[in-house]
Amino acid sequence: MKIIKTGMAGSLESSDVLITVDSNTGKGRNISLESTVKRQYGKQILKVVEHTLDLLEISDVTVRLEDKGALDCTIRSRLEAAVYRAAGSETYPWESLT
Amino acid sequence: MKLRRTMLYVPGNNAGMMKDAHIYRSDSVMFDLEDSVSLNEKDTARFLVFNALTTLDYEGIETVVRINGLDTPYGREDLKAMVRARPDVIRLPKTETAQDVHDVEAILAEEEKACGLPEGSIRMMAAIEGPLGVLNAYEIATASKRLIGIALGAEDYVTSMKTSRSPGGIELLFARSQILNAARAAGIYALDTVYSDVNNEEGFLDEVRHIKQLGFDGKSVISPRQIQPVHRVYCPDDKEIDHALRVVQAIEEAEANNSGVISLNGKMVDKPIVDRAKRVLEMARATGIRINELEAYCDEDE
Repeated sequence: MKIIKTGMAGSLESSDVLITVDSNTGKGRNISLESTVKRQYGKQILKVVEHTLDLLEISDVTVRLEDKGALDCTIRSRLEAAVYRAAGSETYPWESLT
Repeated sequence: MKLRRTMLYVPGNNAGMMKDAHIYRSDSVMFDLEDSVSLNEKDTARFLVFNALTTLDYEGIETVVRINGLDTPYGREDLKAMVRARPDVIRLPKTETAQDVHDVEAILAEEEKACGLPEGSIRMMAAIEGPLGVLNAYEIATASKRLIGIALGAEDYVTSMKTSRSPGGIELLFARSQILNAARAAGIYALDTVYSDVNNEEGFLDEVRHIKQLGFDGKSVISPRQIQPVHRVYCPDDKEIDHALRVVQAIEEAEANNSGVISLNGKMVDKPIVDRAKRVLEMARATGIRINELEAYCDEDE
C-alpha cells in the first residue's frame, strides 16, 4: 500500500491514541511516540506499530503517536484507519486483518 | 434460559468504553456503528469494533453489533467486517419490512461462506423504529430463523408519530404492545427502548417496572448506572419464589396421586399458573438464586 497523503485517526481521550501517518518516500519508517505510559509500555507500543505496518506492507512512512493509555488493539485500529486514510483506500481486506 | 435483561450501548468509536464494556455485567453489550458514530468516523469505528471483538475477551457476555442500514454507504462494509469479527448477534437498525431482514440475512450467509463459517453462525436482532415497522412487527419477527429478538427504538418512532416521549410512556403503548405480541407469537425475545435521562433514577425505575409488567424480556441501557436497577426489578423476590415453589410442589403431588383437580390454599391451580411459576423459578435460577436453599426453607415453613 502506498501513502499518498496525510492520514489521521483516533483522539486524545483517555484510553485512546491519536495517530498521524504521512509519506516518507525512500527513507524507511520514522516513528515518534508521546505517551502518558511511555516509560512502562513504550517498547510494547512500538512493537505493535511495527507489527501492524509489517502486516499492511508499509515500509516508507512517518508515524506520529500521541497516546493516552490505549490498548494494543486500539493502537492497531487507529493505525490501520490512519494508513487506509493516508492511502486513499476504502477497500479493506478484513481476512488479512484478523 | 438466556437472560437479556440489559443490553449496554457502547458507541463504536469510544475506545475507553470499548475496553471496559464487560466489567459492568450487563447481559449483552451492543457496539454501535450507527447513530452514535459521526459520518466521518464510520471507518475508524469499524476498525475499532473489529479489533476489539477479535482481541478482547468479553467473558461470556453476549456481543451485539448495530450496523448501519444497507441503504447507507456503510452497511455492506459493516457486515463484511463484522462477520469476520464474529459477534454473537448483528442488530439491524430501522427495520421496516421482512425484506430488510432477508437482505441482511442473504449478505450474512454470503460472507459466512466466504470466510468458512457455518451458515447461521451469527444471529440477528431487528430494531423497529418507525410506524411501518411496528405494523409489520410479526412479519419481521418471523422473517428469519437467525432472529433472536426484536427491539423497539422509541426516539425515531415518536418523532415519526409527531409526538415526543412522556414520563408515563402512553405514546409508546401501541408500539410496545404490538412488538411484544409479535415477539411472543414468533417465540423470540422482546426488548424495550432506551431511557435517555440517566440522572432521573426514579423515572427510569418506573419505566423498567412498566415494561416488565407488559412482559418485555429486558431493555437497552445507555449507562452502566442503569444496569443493576434493571436486574433488581427483574429478579423475583422471596415471596414470588416461595409461591412458585408451592405451586410446582402442588402439581407434582397431584400428578403423583393422579388427581385431576389441583388447589393451593383453596385456590385452583391451572396450567397458566403453573407455567408462570416455572418461569419465576427459571428466572430466579438464571439470576443466580440458589433455589435448593429456598426449597428447604419452604418445607420448614409448612
